[in-house]
Amino acid sequence: MDRIRTLGRTGIGMIESLGASSMLLWNSLMWGGPGSAGFGDLVKQLFSVGVRSLSIITVAGFFVGMVLGLQGYTILVDFGSEAALGTLVSLTLLRELGPVVTALLFAGRAGSALTAEIGLMKATEQLSAMEMMGVDPLKRVITPRLWAGMISMPILALIFSTVGIWGGAFVAVDMLGIDDGAYWGNMQASVTFYNDVVKGIIKSLAFGWVVTWIAVYQGYASMPTSEGIGKATTQTVVIASLAVLGLDFVLTAVMFGGV
Amino acid sequence: MQKRSLEFTVGIFMVMGIVALVLMAFRVSGLSVSDAGDTYTVKAHFENLGGLNDRAKVSMAGVTIGRVTNIYLDKDWYSAVVEMEINKDVDNLSIDTSAAILTAGLLGEKYIGLTVGAETDFLKDGDWIEDTQSAIVLEELIGRFLFNKAEEG
Repeated sequence: MDRIRTLGRTGIGMIESLGASSMLLWNSLMWGGPGSAGFGDLVKQLFSVGVRSLSIITVAGFFVGMVLGLQGYTILVDFGSEAALGTLVSLTLLRELGPVVTALLFAGRAGSALTAEIGLMKATEQLSAMEMMGVDPLKRVITPRLWAGMISMPILALIFSTVGIWGGAFVAVDMLGIDDGAYWGNMQASVTFYNDVVKGIIKSLAFGWVVTWIAVYQGYASMPTSEGIGKATTQTVVIASLAVLGLDFVLTAVMFGGV
Repeated sequence: MQKRSLEFTVGIFMVMGIVALVLMAFRVSGLSVSDAGDTYTVKAHFENLGGLNDRAKVSMAGVTIGRVTNIYLDKDWYSAVVEMEINKDVDNLSIDTSAAILTAGLLGEKYIGLTVGAETDFLKDGDWIEDTQSAIVLEELIGRFLFNKAEEG
């Protein structure tokens, strides 16, 4: 009986938090475009969310590209078609790994920081203080962070894919001796701008939106204690990662799967 | 000063994003800015395309001189019609040029290879290539081989 009660409570809690987070999203974004909360705030958040994530994204992208190059080579060389390595690396990065790995790293690097920051603001009663002064904390704190996350994520994913493709080229052309023309030529013949690049950007936009939304909500709804902030930060990374992977399947099925 | 350097780094970040997009567009996906003005279209009937796609290469002597732009079925003749754009600077293809569907490597993509003829008149926009050779379909080839073997034995 107790178990059934817990199950029901968990279910209701989940529906409640979904509703609360939707309301948070609506109340923060109803002000209009990215500059609605003040351009200076947006730039500041773009710096802490986007620029600070740049180093991890670049390094990760380079290594992922190099690993793809090596692994793809060992498989393709058995079929004598190592010239298709450029195609393999670029399509894998543009369609899947670029958006997904960037989103996972983004959730770990920027999402957790967002949650902890907002959670601490709540715990130290900065948010209540703002309300007392007649400043809407949603507009002042949440809105610029949401927009910064949504703007940064596609840029980071693009940089990830670009660096990865060049990392693959480094391994393939400079280390394994694949013809430079074959690597780039086959890539250009098979990658299409609208079908691969633009669809990858659409994916990363969706991921950026989901990750930032979850991070901001977890921070805003966290228990205002040190334990609560820790729990909320963990929750952000776990939920955001799962949401990204689930959403990725749906988006892939809709855009590439022909379902 | 602090404020300025912050805006500067964010600006650099944005520029990096744009550079990445441009690299993706032109270096990786081979998007070209050339408009339709510097090509002309010729058409050809084929009995069997055997997997030729839109955007396949049209080449002569191994050099790419154009792309396939449209493929459809001619309902009167039950044969495939391929429209291809040829670069304008290759304007001296004779009217008896022949087109064949070839395969790059053993398993590679299909493309159209053009071989020039002997006439002195040149193909113009909207002309038809009369002399065409279909794709070699492996199943037909094997079937014919087995048929010949059976006749011998």
